[in-house]
Amino acid sequence: MNRKIKKMTLREIKELLKCEVITGNDNLDLEVLSGGGCDLMSDVLAFGKPGMLLLTGLTNAQSVKTADIVDIKAIIYVRGKKPDKEGIELAKKKGIPLLSTKHMMFEACGILYSAGLPSVNETEKND
Amino acid sequence: MDGENRIEHRFEIKGGDFGNAGNVSTKIKDILKEIGIPPSIIRRVAIATYEAEMNVVMYAYHGILNFTLTPECIEIIVNDKGPGIEDIELAMQEGYSTATEEMREMGFGAGMGLPNIKKNSDEFEITSEVNKGTKLRIVIYLNKKQ
Repeated sequence: MNRKIKKMTLREIKELLKCEVITGNDNLDLEVLSGGGCDLMSDVLAFGKPGMLLLTGLTNAQSVKTADIVDIKAIIYVRGKKPDKEGIELAKKKGIPLLSTKHMMFEACGILYSAGLPSVNETEKND
Repeated sequence: MDGENRIEHRFEIKGGDFGNAGNVSTKIKDILKEIGIPPSIIRRVAIATYEAEMNVVMYAYHGILNFTLTPECIEIIVNDKGPGIEDIELAMQEGYSTATEEMREMGFGAGMGLPNIKKNSDEFEITSEVNKGTKLRIVIYLNKKQ
């Protein structure tokens, strides 16, 4: 499949997925290099890459802790979910924007993929 | 360069304390960032430490994580008191897990932890005694690319 891939700003992603910004409204010009959808943090630790966007349905603070460890740029919670209070506090401290979309995981990933956001697999190794 | 250039830290990890799970790794990451260690190395240390920390939280009663930074490498030793691992070879297999439902709800227990620690380490040793505990030794070199 021929697809033009490109980095995207959180602002573009927010528009595409009609996201609500939970925290990080001042940081919407941040660029994400790639995307991945996953509820299993063990897998995120295994395949995650710096600068990626994580789409997840896991709402506890572990999602933010894992993102920080892997240098994930931002998190989008799918299906209208919101992270817990601890997660939001930690994200504010670490400067990781958190957004929420009403789309389900499959739709959200599909929309971003079609718009050209590369999968973590498509990007060069960043280290 | 000699012993004067070592930085050592000792952290306690409580078994079952899911609320604080990951905090030790976050602290280590912050320490390394402040010192100015290259991001690619920090990332490997952070991932290996986080997986090791999660293992203590999920499976053991109590653990001590010793962190040492020398001019050559970073060494992480995790000693836990717990049920131990009966079959290490099996535990090292990707996908093998004895995680409970609670652990899976936290997003863990995919059976990727130990293999992922090994993947991110330059040296990796694991020893375990059933009903006593498990010891991990992780070394990541500062100057040599894998």
